[in-house]
Amino acid sequence: MSDKVVLELLSLEKSLGLKKTNKYSTQGDKQVPVLQTNNGPNLIGLTTIAAHLVQEAQQKQLLGNTAEEKAIVQQWLEYRVTQIDGHRGKDETRTVLKDLNQYLEDKVYLAGDDFTLADILVYYGLHPIMTELAVQEKEKYVNVSRWFNHIQHYPGIRQHLPPVVVLKNRLYTSVH
Amino acid sequence: MRLYLTEGNPHCLKVVAAVELTGSRCELQFVGVEERVVPFLAHSKLPCLQLDNGNYLFSTNAICQYLFTLRGKEPSDLTNQWLEWEGTELQTALSGALYMAVVQGKREEAAGALQKKCAYIDQSLMKRSCPFLAADAITVADIVLWGALYPLLSDSTFLPGDLKALRSWFERVCAVAACRKAVESILKGKGLQALKPYLQKQPAPSQRAETPASNEPEGGESADRVLTEEEIGAAAESWSKGLSAWPKPKPIEHPVLPQPNEKNVLITSALPYVNNVPHLGNIIGCVLSADVFARFCRLRNWTTLFVCGTDEYGTATETKALEEGLSPQQICDKYHAVHAHIYQWFGISFDHFGRTTTQRQTEISQDIFRRLLDRDFLLQDTVEQLRCESCQKFLADRFVEGTCPFCNYEEARGDQCDKCGKLINATELKSPQCKICKGTPVVKSSKHLFLDLPKLEARLVKWLEDSMVSGNWTPNARFIARSWIRDGLKPRCITRDLKWGIPVPLEEFKDKVFYVWFDAPIGYLSITANYTDQWERWWKNPEQVQLYNFMAKDNVPFHSVVFPCSLLGAEDNYTLVNHLIATEYLNYEDGKFSKSRGVGVFGDMAKETGIPADIWRFYLLFIRPEGQDSSFSWSDLLLKNNSELLNNLGNFINRAGMFVCKFFEGRVPEMELNDDDKRLLAQATWELRQYLQLLEKVRIRDALKCILNISRHGNQYIQANEPWKRIKGTDADRQRAGTVTGVAVNMACLLSIMLQPYMPSVSASIQEQLLAPPQCNVLTEEFVCILPSGHQIGAVSPLFQKLETDQIESWRKRFGGQQPDEGSANQSKTEAKPAAETKAAVAEDAGKDADPQRAKQLAEEVTKQGEVVRELKAQKAEKAVIGAAVTKLLELKKQLVLAEGKTPEAPAQKGKKKK
Repeated sequence: MSDKVVLELLSLEKSLGLKKTNKYSTQGDKQVPVLQTNNGPNLIGLTTIAAHLVQEAQQKQLLGNTAEEKAIVQQWLEYRVTQIDGHRGKDETRTVLKDLNQYLEDKVYLAGDDFTLADILVYYGLHPIMTELAVQEKEKYVNVSRWFNHIQHYPGIRQHLPPVVVLKNRLYTSVH
Repeated sequence: MRLYLTEGNPHCLKVVAAVELTGSRCELQFVGVEERVVPFLAHSKLPCLQLDNGNYLFSTNAICQYLFTLRGKEPSDLTNQWLEWEGTELQTALSGALYMAVVQGKREEAAGALQKKCAYIDQSLMKRSCPFLAADAITVADIVLWGALYPLLSDSTFLPGDLKALRSWFERVCAVAACRKAVESILKGKGLQALKPYLQKQPAPSQRAETPASNEPEGGESADRVLTEEEIGAAAESWSKGLSAWPKPKPIEHPVLPQPNEKNVLITSALPYVNNVPHLGNIIGCVLSADVFARFCRLRNWTTLFVCGTDEYGTATETKALEEGLSPQQICDKYHAVHAHIYQWFGISFDHFGRTTTQRQTEISQDIFRRLLDRDFLLQDTVEQLRCESCQKFLADRFVEGTCPFCNYEEARGDQCDKCGKLINATELKSPQCKICKGTPVVKSSKHLFLDLPKLEARLVKWLEDSMVSGNWTPNARFIARSWIRDGLKPRCITRDLKWGIPVPLEEFKDKVFYVWFDAPIGYLSITANYTDQWERWWKNPEQVQLYNFMAKDNVPFHSVVFPCSLLGAEDNYTLVNHLIATEYLNYEDGKFSKSRGVGVFGDMAKETGIPADIWRFYLLFIRPEGQDSSFSWSDLLLKNNSELLNNLGNFINRAGMFVCKFFEGRVPEMELNDDDKRLLAQATWELRQYLQLLEKVRIRDALKCILNISRHGNQYIQANEPWKRIKGTDADRQRAGTVTGVAVNMACLLSIMLQPYMPSVSASIQEQLLAPPQCNVLTEEFVCILPSGHQIGAVSPLFQKLETDQIESWRKRFGGQQPDEGSANQSKTEAKPAAETKAAVAEDAGKDADPQRAKQLAEEVTKQGEVVRELKAQKAEKAVIGAAVTKLLELKKQLVLAEGKTPEAPAQKGKKKK
């Protein structure tokens, strides 16, 4: 588990094109990531560190362009660490997928038309869930699957994660 | 913008305070506690903010930050960190604490639950010596944390007295006018009790905390289980019995035959079609899965017969033979050997690997046919069929291609469309084309025999329901079988106008053979008959035999519906499938395996990588498409090899053996079990039983995790007890080091047995290194001391090798496609290929001038020009204009044919475009 969140941050660094890699550790039984900085105090928490890295890479647009977009990005980052990571069992996973599916119905990215950090972190967070999803369920959450497939093929995002197969043609509409 | 609030909701305190503090203009609207406002969320989520453009923000902290951002107060790393901490850490503790304090009236417990979090804030404040959390002035972080804590901290006796920094910060924020206002509007002067109606609607926190936050599959990395004293006692007792109480492994004597009053397991894996080299997906889908199960059954001392063989009749063989310029029999001989060799390399433990082109196959198929005929389950009908006049033959199945009538896929085969997967009658194809001469076939009628499935439906349904209830059918198998029944059964043609097949034993059908799907499953019977004359003891013995069929999901209809109907109709007390185990598909990296593009690892190439067969087996089984599709990934293979095999399993077994060699001259030391050791034994026993249960249900992938869990426990045990240090200590320490080493090496031995179905060679090496007695190779529900103290072990050496990234990268490149291909373009049964692949393969086969890139471009031009021509015709343009356009189209088509590497004499095809 600890490796997972550190791997995620290392992948994010690569995606952002950051050259020097930072040092990470984790703390607590929830394995919260910690960024050890040379100057100043450590940064704690996945979304905090991720937002910091985005600034460091001078890609502020990934945090949203307008005040509204920024808020939406922040909201989904929070959703990632509270709802997706904190989900308790199958029912809550289903609620997450259902809500996201509904939300993504008319959207390309989580923040609407622009690709942001929210897409990256929610993608990482959903990866283990999507991996375990049966074909039939992937079809049920078609908007999530579409969005997920889009993000995993977004240049430089997938990094360490194995691709999750999302079929484009439906299998279960009418099985012969 | 409009802010939706509800009274008594602590989150609303934060947002109202933020509104007041930032002086934001927004309409406040109070709604009911459970009102759903955000349209895309299934449950009520309040507060929420509706923006002017209609969007919703449903996260309290994001709303607060948004209000601050609008005032030009952007987030900083520190405010972000506080907000994240509040959302993930504080809220978890707080929801429990509030519930205890308000609903259950347990104030002290509530304070206890919050103690740590409060201390954390207190310390942070002291460290920074700022009046506020993130700066010298108030920020969003203060508002959010204040709002969260207010309901509890507003009671000044709630906090223990020593958290002074927190106390003074809290009072400082409380004094802010905006916060006072927020308290007034949300709590209405009722204090903590105002929260009661809201909190009562929330799930009780104790239930929330205890359900594990895990999406691991069952039997996955289980957290430390709570073991009862009884379990621990029982495990210690079993252990002390040693091998004396252990059943002896049953010797295998061929031919294996079912025994009365024993569990008799008959295992088949879908017969691979002979015309191609199997890829990793084919291997994991059938033979490897079946092999693990067969090995497991033998370890359980069940009478087990595992048969398989190549499926050799049918049009695919004939087309392949044409391609390679060999006779069908030569093709079969060649590829049968290829298959047999690959499976042997993978260590597949068939009792017999046969083939379908045998005399027995003919006899048994014809017998079943005659029985069906006698019982009136066959219908005769004339069929409109495509016949190619120039080739002088009826074009069955794969000899014809055309456009799919359902999805318009342009390269559908005569029996099935690879794109939409529907079964097709060749005559339904649009613009059909003879596969051999590319000529257009004509429709001729021909007499054929049909299996009367509707007449057998009632029997089938009854049997199917019984079998599904009592047996172990994978969910996809149940689903597919039921959907076939639901859609209604139709008579199915069982004869074909071909030569390469089993002749139909009737005078008027003497030029015809059985459709390959009629006789292929009969192969299971005939292959067994070639193994033993007493085959009927397996196949006509449903009372004593449990039949397991392993396959990929595309084979389910034939095994669950069509073949059982043949056997039911033949009325000869056949053994029908009890457990139908179907896998989903395995993909390769990002896409599908493709022989023609050289994408993916095929059976014969796995060996060339130098990675041992057992590593392949392990990884394929680890990612077995059980329940959902999965993909093979090189980097994942590296990861699993290096983390699970090398660092976990290999490390544990090697250390256990090394300690025996290094510290105890290779003899297992005396063991005096204490409670820790007994607990470990109980833990291992529990995992062992999980493993047995899962494998009995053929959950092969899940059971593998139990093995890894045991070695994980073992590693922790060694790490905690540090025998390498204790060996240098006092007598008691040395004694302890001995016990730990002895227990560990016995666990290694247990692992070698459990590992045998998955990694037979590794299992054998472990047992060789430990000089484990051969009679230990039985699986029971108990973990006994197999290697007693004084047992001499052999030389210990590492079991696994590290895989390096550059190695993996070079393989990924090598198997990533575009490698030279020997020109085999035919499809394996389990892969549906997109058009481009098959086309490209044709191009490779046909000539050196082929240029797929150019061909693609030309194909697009042909399509465009075709549209131009149609358009002109539709507009009734002048003949000369149309003529010119048509000439251009023909010229383009000619170039296209060349670019595809075909001979230009071949008749140009009508409107054929490429994907």
